[in-house]
Amino acid sequence: MMHYRVARFHSFLTLLFFLTVSFTLFAQTVPTDDESIKSGEQLFKTNCYTCHRVKQKWTGPALAGYETRVPSIAWTIEWVKNSAKLIASGDEYANKIFKEYNNSQMTAFTNLKDDQILDILAYVEAEAKKVDAPAPGQDTAAQAGGGAAVPSAYLNLIIIGMFVILLLLLVILVLIVNALKKFLNQRDLSEEDKDVVESPYTAASIIRSPGFIFVVVFVVSAVVFKTVIDGLYSIGVQQGYAPKQPIAFSHKIHAGVNEVDCKYCHTGVLKGKQANIPSANICMNCHTYIQQGAISGTAEISKIYAAVGYDPATGRYSGKQKPIEWIRIHNLPDLAYFNHAQHVNVGNIECQTCHGPIQEMDVVKQYSLLTMGWCIDCHRKTNVNTKDNAYYDKLEQLHKAAKGQKAAMKVEDIGGLECAKCHY
Amino acid sequence: MSNTTKTYWKGLPQLTNDPNYVKHADKEFVDLGVDQDPGHSRRDFLKMMGFSVAAVSLAACEAPVRKAIPYINKPVDVDPGIPNYYASSYVNGGDYCSIVVKVRDGRPIKVDGNSLSKVTLGGTSAQVEASVLSLYDNYRLRGPKVGTANADWDKVDSEVIAKLGEIAAKGGQIRLVSQTILSPSTQQAIAAFKAKYPTTQHIQYDPVSYYGIWKANEESFGTGMIPSYDFSKANVIVSIGADFLNTWLAPIEFSKQYATTREVSEDKREMSRHYQFESNLSLTGANADYRTAIRPSQEGLVVAALYNLLAGKAGVAGISSTLSGVANLEKAAGELWENRGKSVVVSGSNDKAVQVVVNAINNLLGNYGSTILPGLPVNYRQGNDEAMAAFIAEAEGGKVDGVIFYNCNPVYDHPMGEKLEKAIKAMALSVSTSYTEDETASACAYKAPDHHYLESWNDFEPKKGHYSLSQPAITPIFKSRQAQESFMTWAGVANADYYSFVQNNWKSKFFANDSQGWDFQTWWDQRLYDGVYESGASAGGSVSFRNEALSSADSSIGATYKANASGIELVIAESATVGNGSMANNPLLQELPDPITKAVWDHYVTLSLKDANALGIKNDAEGRTQLVSVSANGKTVKVAALVQPGQAQGTVGITLGYGRTKVGTVAENLGVNAYTLLSMLNGSVNYSATSGVKVEKVNEDFQIAQTQIHQTYMGRTNVIQESTLAEFKKDPAAGRENPMITKWDEKVEAASLSLWKGHEYKSHHWGMAIDLNTCTGCGACVVACNVENNVALVGKQEVINRREMHWLRIDRYYSSDAQPGDYEGLEQASENPEVTFQPMLCQHCNNAPCETVCPVAATTHSSEGLNQMTYNRCIGTRYCANNCPYKVRRFNWFKYHDNQQFYQSNPAMNTDLGRMVLNPEVTVRSRGVMEKCSFCVQRIQTGKLTAKKEKRELNDGEVITACQASCSTGAIVFGDMNNPESRISKLLKIDHYKTVKNAKGEEERVFNYGIDKKIGNPRAYRVLEEIGVKPNIFYLTKIRNKDGKKENA
Repeated sequence: MMHYRVARFHSFLTLLFFLTVSFTLFAQTVPTDDESIKSGEQLFKTNCYTCHRVKQKWTGPALAGYETRVPSIAWTIEWVKNSAKLIASGDEYANKIFKEYNNSQMTAFTNLKDDQILDILAYVEAEAKKVDAPAPGQDTAAQAGGGAAVPSAYLNLIIIGMFVILLLLLVILVLIVNALKKFLNQRDLSEEDKDVVESPYTAASIIRSPGFIFVVVFVVSAVVFKTVIDGLYSIGVQQGYAPKQPIAFSHKIHAGVNEVDCKYCHTGVLKGKQANIPSANICMNCHTYIQQGAISGTAEISKIYAAVGYDPATGRYSGKQKPIEWIRIHNLPDLAYFNHAQHVNVGNIECQTCHGPIQEMDVVKQYSLLTMGWCIDCHRKTNVNTKDNAYYDKLEQLHKAAKGQKAAMKVEDIGGLECAKCHY
Repeated sequence: MSNTTKTYWKGLPQLTNDPNYVKHADKEFVDLGVDQDPGHSRRDFLKMMGFSVAAVSLAACEAPVRKAIPYINKPVDVDPGIPNYYASSYVNGGDYCSIVVKVRDGRPIKVDGNSLSKVTLGGTSAQVEASVLSLYDNYRLRGPKVGTANADWDKVDSEVIAKLGEIAAKGGQIRLVSQTILSPSTQQAIAAFKAKYPTTQHIQYDPVSYYGIWKANEESFGTGMIPSYDFSKANVIVSIGADFLNTWLAPIEFSKQYATTREVSEDKREMSRHYQFESNLSLTGANADYRTAIRPSQEGLVVAALYNLLAGKAGVAGISSTLSGVANLEKAAGELWENRGKSVVVSGSNDKAVQVVVNAINNLLGNYGSTILPGLPVNYRQGNDEAMAAFIAEAEGGKVDGVIFYNCNPVYDHPMGEKLEKAIKAMALSVSTSYTEDETASACAYKAPDHHYLESWNDFEPKKGHYSLSQPAITPIFKSRQAQESFMTWAGVANADYYSFVQNNWKSKFFANDSQGWDFQTWWDQRLYDGVYESGASAGGSVSFRNEALSSADSSIGATYKANASGIELVIAESATVGNGSMANNPLLQELPDPITKAVWDHYVTLSLKDANALGIKNDAEGRTQLVSVSANGKTVKVAALVQPGQAQGTVGITLGYGRTKVGTVAENLGVNAYTLLSMLNGSVNYSATSGVKVEKVNEDFQIAQTQIHQTYMGRTNVIQESTLAEFKKDPAAGRENPMITKWDEKVEAASLSLWKGHEYKSHHWGMAIDLNTCTGCGACVVACNVENNVALVGKQEVINRREMHWLRIDRYYSSDAQPGDYEGLEQASENPEVTFQPMLCQHCNNAPCETVCPVAATTHSSEGLNQMTYNRCIGTRYCANNCPYKVRRFNWFKYHDNQQFYQSNPAMNTDLGRMVLNPEVTVRSRGVMEKCSFCVQRIQTGKLTAKKEKRELNDGEVITACQASCSTGAIVFGDMNNPESRISKLLKIDHYKTVKNAKGEEERVFNYGIDKKIGNPRAYRVLEEIGVKPNIFYLTKIRNKDGKKENA
């Protein structure tokens, strides 16, 4: 079986090689039209962004102004496709940058076609020309953060201050009442006035009244009951579960700071049930070169090397492998069926909807409840993503015919609350 | 059960109104009379209470830590959670099936048929479906052994090579014994071994021998071979004792061909006519239009008589042996003669004389080249009984020095196994390559276990010119090694890698002539993808019959067979479920009810009611019976007796495949070994004993577990609706009964009245159609359902307690034309009744009675017409099962998984190895919940998701249920009844539009999303239509090709 798989893969690569060769015949100038730039942007984000920025030196060099440095566009295409080949061929410039970046090799992108690479270059050139402004993402984030933080802090202070003032006022008023009572009691008063001053409803009499006792007992038992029920309901709910993992992997550094796409590592998320915990060979795509981490230096990254049997000093694999035993955080019970592809691919739901601000977590925790009520709640609120999906055409048409043109089709409306959608 | 024309009964106890039957007939859950007062006290309650509270608080403290361990280096085309499919081949001895293996996370979990194969045509059988569990058999050898001690391969190799060398040096004899080998490359590997050790002889034998046919063809036509048969071209089929739908030669292929001739519709009002002459009531006999019970001692004479009748019509000389007065034989001969060239006569006899006469008949009818294809010989059975007998004689005489057993177990499955066992122990070298430590392996000094077929590379040539490949679907689980590699290693071949060996063979044999401009790797990948390959296959062929063969056959028949034998005779046949016994350790097959007797986990002799009465044997409704001792050919076995309608009087039937002694816990010492009762006749093994048979009652009681008496319809009628072809030709709705209900003013169709509001299915409306005419009752669907849906196997005692868990069962009804009051007629009929099979599963009622009675809404209706069962909601009141008119809901009386009590019957849920076969998409149910057929909802959901991901509509045929996929005859059709293009819509001729009045009061045709779609197929009916539950499963009437009512045999 192994032979078979490897063989299939080889034939696939060969086919691609022929395809790419046939494309080299076309003229090679970097296009400048918007469409190329747009497609280039997408290709850049999925293929290059992990290691390159346009204006910053990242894992690899900043790409802005590349055209002034490289020998030719054709050279660049060759380099992107298979830099190792170029280096081996003894190309001068290739060997120069190879040395400059500590003999670390760029991933070969044999799957990219020539015009795709040209599109990427178009995007890089267009991006390089833009005037330096703060990155739009960071900018808005900072503004939004600042804008929200300042008034809310003040608001709290104001509310607390007002509360304190009211409390003081109450105390002063009680003192005044007592002082007045004392003063009136020292004088002779008519019976009528006395009744007014000496009210039969004192604090003590109210506290001893059966009504009050009943209310207090009721409230206390209700609170206790609610606490017990909540406690029972929380059995098996692991919200906030954040176990220590064998490798202190930080999503904040990878998904947050370095903006690595979730799907780059979690390869199954569009395809099937499991999003997949990435296999160590995916880690090695970057960590063959990035050998030191920002927080823990070489301590954590060397654990990957131990698992895959890689010696960073020699750059060789020993063949001794030891799988990494990650601790599962999200544990659905066996009786519930969940499929990532249905939600992320078909439903176009963001990862963060269920997993929370994962890009800010150094240690991943279970963000959501993952209870059935939580699932059902979302199925009641969420609109079905019917856009450009022929599967839903008929359903949507029938739904609109029955409920009006503007009625949103919720997951609930197409059987999203039925038992056998998740339990079988 | 009865209707206006016929009386149906499920077993003799029902026919005779056995008190035990009456007692339990209306009970879904039988009182066992035990555990009524478990004796729980207040103290027990407090103890349990305290324990539960403690357990809950402990459980709340900390959740168990679960690990997720990804690949280090993920293969490109493997994704956790997404199944991969590999084309491969199932081969067990000479049994062959081209398959597609479903692999989830590196583990094969399901086997389906490969529709690209022109040999097996996408079909499977119960054994093929069950074979995936054999891969995870706990009894498999973990590695090679020397004697009883574990060893490593180096040690085994060096010792075997040394001993082979010693034997070769002194010129000693070496034998390599195997079952039929279908693989050309294996033959080559064996040739390499023979080249190194020239005194080696390769001996092939088959546990159930077809040597008689091979030999007869040699005598008749000059070439020894077994031809292909094409039943699909036959208008008249006559079988004399050949169970070609279940055990004979290539049942998967024959079932498919047979079904094409049995399909009828409004447009095709023709079907084949099938005559069966046999002693045991076989599955094939049960499907026949006319069945005649004969004694095995008459078998040769019946064939001879048929020849004489046809010779008379053809104007050629007859033969001297003959028999008169065989019911239906003259009629059969007449129709055969009318359908010359479009008929086929087959015989299950292994006597070459009988088969020569069968050849003469087919020759006379001109069937060669049309329904029998001598130009396309099959390789399924190449065993040579004479060579095998000679080998055992030599071995006994100490003339054999070394023996290697490959893919066979003759100590168990050869009549002289016992002698062989003794002889093996005296040999200088004995090696077994069996993957379990079976009877033969235990006798051998060296155990060199082969891979299971799902772990191996191999190639096969089941039919001349039709090739197929087998590729591993899992990394070898144990330290086994492919036997071919062992042979080549022992032969000193430098590169013993069998994969490259097979590949090189294909390269030189096929690629050289058929490269199609591809490079070899691409060509080879395509072959692997398809799994099958054709090269040099020819069809037809012609023969010239040698008349001298007929005359010698005539005299042989005259000497062997008797027209009027008295005394009891024994018929020995392959088991319909466990086959020849090689898969006896597979509980899926042990718990598969025999199609006819509906017995599970048991071995028995079948005998007729008259003989049973004479012997004083009484069966009751609970399967209680007595043991009998059966003696034949000098051997005596003690086994239970089962009264079987249809059994020829004066005969008893026994099946092979039981009585294994070294087989693992599942089947060990279950029944007796019937191979020991066999003898030789005319140079081949004889599967009957006609003289010297003694059957005596032993005063010992026994209980056979039978499923058929369970689940009754409580006197409701019209469950089976059937007619004859003659009536069907006049009216396609013949046999249909539309129950009517009388209102105060008029009579209306029962289904038109309802208390329920019905449903609207806006997306899909899943439904199923089952054709009772093409369903042969084989049971492949039952096993497929078990494997797909993780259905628990419960073991013999629990089946006796009526707690089997099968979601899909096949109901077997006996019937006759005799009226309910006609006792004499009924008694006669019970001697040779008509048989009807009806697969029964959750009917997914639109107005489901189970849903309305569930107090916790654990069973609910989906917006796609499914009746959903939610296990985690179920609290086990069993109200639903009580309210189900079809009795298809099954209750988990026990925790069948991780429970030592069910270790023997249910290894798939109780051993680490067995658990690998479980389908991860389906929950393993726990104690106290109800379960039932889900219409394979996991497959529906997967199919829908694929369509959604590809942003397109769901196409018909993308979602098929496990039972449909396994059905060789295509009797089950599942699909979306809302899709006008679907097969089910077309088969049922569904009218998708209804007329409604719009706002203006005008009539308008609109699409009907409701439950009451008009069904246009006159044969389609819903079971128990009158109760108005409106199932989503339709049955098509059973049509028998009979002339008139009174001609019933």
